[in-house]
Amino acid sequence: MQEWRPSAALSTLRERVRLLVRLRDFFDQRDVLEVSTPVLSAAAATDPALDSLAVEMGGGGQRWLHTSPEFPMKRLLAAGSGDIWQLCTVFRDGERGRWHNPEFSLLEWYRLGLDEYQMAAEVVTLIEMLAEGYRELAPAQYLTYREAFVCHAGLDPLAASDDEVAEAAMRVVATGGPGRWQRSDWLDLLGGAVVYPALGRGHLAVLTDYPADQAALARIKPGNPPLAARFEVFLDGVELANGFHELTDAQEQRRRFEADLACRRQAGKAIVAQDECLLSALEYGLPDCAGVALGLDRLLALLLGCDSLAGVMAFDFTRA
Amino acid sequence: MASYSTNEFRGGLKIMLDGDPCAIVENEFVKPGKGQAFNRVKIRNLKTGRVIERTFKSGESVEAADVLELEMQYLYNDGEQWHFMRPDDFEQYAASAAVVGDAAKWLKEQDTCLMTLWDDAPLSVEPPAHVTLRVTQTDPGVRGDTSSGGAKPATMETGAVVRVPLFIEEGELLKVDTRTGEYISRAKE
Repeated sequence: MQEWRPSAALSTLRERVRLLVRLRDFFDQRDVLEVSTPVLSAAAATDPALDSLAVEMGGGGQRWLHTSPEFPMKRLLAAGSGDIWQLCTVFRDGERGRWHNPEFSLLEWYRLGLDEYQMAAEVVTLIEMLAEGYRELAPAQYLTYREAFVCHAGLDPLAASDDEVAEAAMRVVATGGPGRWQRSDWLDLLGGAVVYPALGRGHLAVLTDYPADQAALARIKPGNPPLAARFEVFLDGVELANGFHELTDAQEQRRRFEADLACRRQAGKAIVAQDECLLSALEYGLPDCAGVALGLDRLLALLLGCDSLAGVMAFDFTRA
Repeated sequence: MASYSTNEFRGGLKIMLDGDPCAIVENEFVKPGKGQAFNRVKIRNLKTGRVIERTFKSGESVEAADVLELEMQYLYNDGEQWHFMRPDDFEQYAASAAVVGDAAKWLKEQDTCLMTLWDDAPLSVEPPAHVTLRVTQTDPGVRGDTSSGGAKPATMETGAVVRVPLFIEEGELLKVDTRTGEYISRAKE
């Protein structure tokens, strides 16, 4: 018989609501506007690492369930909304595991005039405020992507050659990788296998200054080497948040969409429609801002002492 | 040759790794928000029993191990090898001391145990969870002796030594849990 009972304890679901009240207070106090954007999008994320779920519409035509509310929120920012936040359910195909569920709660917010370091500091403030009374956290640790890899993988991710990066990653994987794997793929693997699990044991860890080829939607800071204005936040080795000092250059955004789609084509992945509305909004003008997306279910699980997402979801994917 | 994709990974699956048959103990799907997905897997080497952790890129295929678990009847020990028989087709298998390992001290003739075969050769033997064995040697219990916690050692017919209550005497039949090595109860003849 199919398990009909909830995967979370009812007491946990009550705590979840208490924490959501605190979350709302946090944004109210800072005068950040709550918004709601479409779940069914005419365009999809081009990021090769994200698989959007396609939906066939009754009247014909295709839409995609959003993997994050990032693009419409940026359109609101370009239209002059000022600081905004949103808590919504997002969908990512193929992601199932202890810390993954194909649908999950994403908390996303944007702040005008902040860079990635100031935004990371606000994320730390928010999480520490939510943790009060639930979990003691030692002071947050800030380190660069380079420092983390040197410390936990014994490899300088900026100076090492492509071969050295691949070799270091091969030592921790069980099988050889396909030839089309790129430097950033090997670094992801090394990060996921040995670096990230070591981060944020008992405290928040903020990783900054990513290699430029892992910029995603962050602007690139000139320098030698140039670095991406991107950060991530970890707790107990689990990735909680990813943020950027946002790219505002429409032409550069178009180039990244095209590079993503070329990468998808090469990997035999579904080709999706790129968001022309976002590009138009960037052309019109996105104010200088930082943004972040935080996996709320993961955070709540770690604050409430659950060892999987299922423990904080009324019904996880296996019971949906 | 049969193979499994990483998205078929689950506890208990038997795969080949570095030329040895292995069983997946635990499989965790890991994926950075902006990056490649992979599986972090705890694997038990079925030859050595050692558990190691390895990482597989998601979507990769791994060769399946031709590993079979079968109930077998233990027949006898000829001094070097332990001999077993499949009850369905009466085929006999001989296993070395290295394969039988710790199970040896619980094996009584005619008992049914679980044998793991790899490419049709014995890989390991698991005794039944509960066995009934006769006590071949134990000292008489001294009433009122509480220094030993009310228990004493007893040697069983298979060679295993089990802590038993003071009232147990030589020649008695006992039920023993082979997983913990603990006395459960007296057994009937």
